[in-house]
Amino acid sequence: MHELGIVFHIIKKVEEVAVENAVTSVNSVTLEIGEVSTIVDTYLQECWKWAAAKSDYVKDAELLIEAIPAVTMCNSCKRTYETVKYGKTCPYCGSEDTYLVAGNEVSIKEIEAI
Amino acid sequence: MKDFKIIEIKESVFADNDRDAEVLRSELKEKGVFLLNLMSSPGSGKTTTLMKTIDALKGKVKIGVMEADIDSDVDARTISESGAKVIQLHTGGMCHLDADMTHQGLREMGTDDVELAILENVGNLVCPAEFDTGAVKNAMILSVPEGHDKPLKYPLMFSICDVVLINKIDVLPYFDFDMEKCREYILTRNPAAKIIPISARTGEGIDEWAGWLLEEVNKWCK
Repeated sequence: MHELGIVFHIIKKVEEVAVENAVTSVNSVTLEIGEVSTIVDTYLQECWKWAAAKSDYVKDAELLIEAIPAVTMCNSCKRTYETVKYGKTCPYCGSEDTYLVAGNEVSIKEIEAI
Repeated sequence: MKDFKIIEIKESVFADNDRDAEVLRSELKEKGVFLLNLMSSPGSGKTTTLMKTIDALKGKVKIGVMEADIDSDVDARTISESGAKVIQLHTGGMCHLDADMTHQGLREMGTDDVELAILENVGNLVCPAEFDTGAVKNAMILSVPEGHDKPLKYPLMFSICDVVLINKIDVLPYFDFDMEKCREYILTRNPAAKIIPISARTGEGIDEWAGWLLEEVNKWCK
């Protein structure tokens, strides 16, 4: 259940931004969540409902999630491929000398507020 | 129709925690306190390994232990028998500690008489890997009964650890645990990882581990 800890961090950040921008109420919070970030969207939504209700700024805010596809780069043949389909092994040359270039994101993209 | 405005944030959820962790590390450096973050699955032998480690380092370095669990104080009671300073932290249901909680724990424990602070993180191979606690070094324990394929299943944990202790090697004859494969899987994900096979029960390998730890403490506190 790291989703709960993550939700606490999101709320803390959003509250800071709300204060800085002198907004009174947040309508929605948009996140960018990578495909291999190990975040379970449904758990995140459940935790959000519970934790957001305790915050004056975000109690009515909707949590919107944009998925980022996972992409891995191969150091041997310099090509990229879908991480979820092939994992750590490059489907073109069979090398394991590969690294993740996208898909691990857990970011707050933006908020919509009044 | 209310007039909503869009405020761009574009920041990782972990950015805040990473900043807190950096602040804590620089504070520890100033005070000359080394913080070790010890992680593993439940039941891998963290507390038993800690007991042996404290014993091996007795008289060489002043140790303080923070036991983090969702509930209970059984681990803190066990550690207190070693004579080391110990406090129990409760995470209130959360599966990991973040930098702020670690900072609070250190304040609660007090570090004036501590050179080596050890955080025994919640038993879990997923979430503790994501949150930088502010520790100087990360260590994890993988025990033989868990299987040699764990590095494949929990790649992030193995990639952030400076040391991997492979515990319970005294029961190797009873399990299909392939030590060479395990090393290979760990090093593919983390070429810099130091791997030390140990048995917290028989004490095998504890000297090498305690020696590494003492060297790192001395380097940090210089």
